[in-house]
Amino acid sequence: MYVIVAGGGKIGHYLSRALVDANHEVLLVEKDRARAAYLAEDLADAVAVGDACEVRTMREIGMERADVVVAITGDDEDNLVICQMAKLKFDVPRALARVNNPENEELFKKLGIDTTVSSTKIIFNLIEQQIETNEVIPLAPLQKGNIEIVEVDLGPGSPVVGKRVPQVVLPDGALIISIVRDGHAILPNMDVQFKDGDSVLALVSSDKETDLRGIFGAAR
Amino acid sequence: MKVIILGCGRIGSTLARSLFREGNDVTIIDKKSEAFSRLGPDFGGAMVVGNGVDDAVLRKAGIEKAQAFVAVTNGDNTNIMSVQIAKVKFNVPKVVTRIYDPIRACAYRELGIETICTTMIGARLIKDYVMGNDLGDIGQYCELTDDEAHL
Repeated sequence: MYVIVAGGGKIGHYLSRALVDANHEVLLVEKDRARAAYLAEDLADAVAVGDACEVRTMREIGMERADVVVAITGDDEDNLVICQMAKLKFDVPRALARVNNPENEELFKKLGIDTTVSSTKIIFNLIEQQIETNEVIPLAPLQKGNIEIVEVDLGPGSPVVGKRVPQVVLPDGALIISIVRDGHAILPNMDVQFKDGDSVLALVSSDKETDLRGIFGAAR
Repeated sequence: MKVIILGCGRIGSTLARSLFREGNDVTIIDKKSEAFSRLGPDFGGAMVVGNGVDDAVLRKAGIEKAQAFVAVTNGDNTNIMSVQIAKVKFNVPKVVTRIYDPIRACAYRELGIETICTTMIGARLIKDYVMGNDLGDIGQYCELTDDEAHL
């Protein structure tokens, strides 16, 4: 694949390095001449000097045959314009943008950018998940953070204690993976009854996590 | 008319003063508060310090009730992004921006965003004056020839 990376900051640098190591054809475009010279020490001829927002630069670096363009500068407005112009003028099949302000993610999607990555949002989500641990502990965010694996500890007051698995109505998009009892994982068969002290592992979409917590709820 | 102007440079400040003088409800945004000194003592519109591609700043400027949004910062990409926010996110009825780069101005005009390319207008107006030609209109001045589009 021919991948054009716009923006030679640290992320752009190491992303290009990783892509080169994975045997992709890569061109990293950096505006600042001195920075580009530094990058070329590592990436050799996979570095070009130029303003990736300029159509002239895009033409020089062969944007029309790029399979993917990644706009990864520290400015959302530049990343937006790079992706839009690449699609509009050169029909690049995939455009990825780094989004520094997470509020811009939705806008970028509306404006036709295929994929956005917001490190701000990823880190925020990680912190939120650390502190939002009443009874439900998200173990891992999956699929861009849309689905999570959560652990629910059942207390004596939980409304599901005494019920069998099929009797508990889960929110749409939730699935019980396993029940951990006395250190042993039990498969959630039809006849398994929830008990005080159980840990329930479930898959749930992020927006249904609160509903799930409500269903298993109550004190620890 | 409630108008929001992004960028208090020469164009932005001149436009703001003129619209205010004619009785419009004007709010001007700039990254730096010093820029507002260009507005002079008579300007009675609102001034907001902040980044024009930040929703919170635009909301503070009252974008939800604006009838027009004008982006005239010195950064083409900031202008392009802010007018798209105004149009797509806040549905401002009238949105226009000044773009220096003729190619970008043309590309976004094709996407339905009103762009005014002062580079092309200036260059062609001056050329017509120097050559003694009849003066054209904005549409003619902003349109690119094939040669110019493939610079």
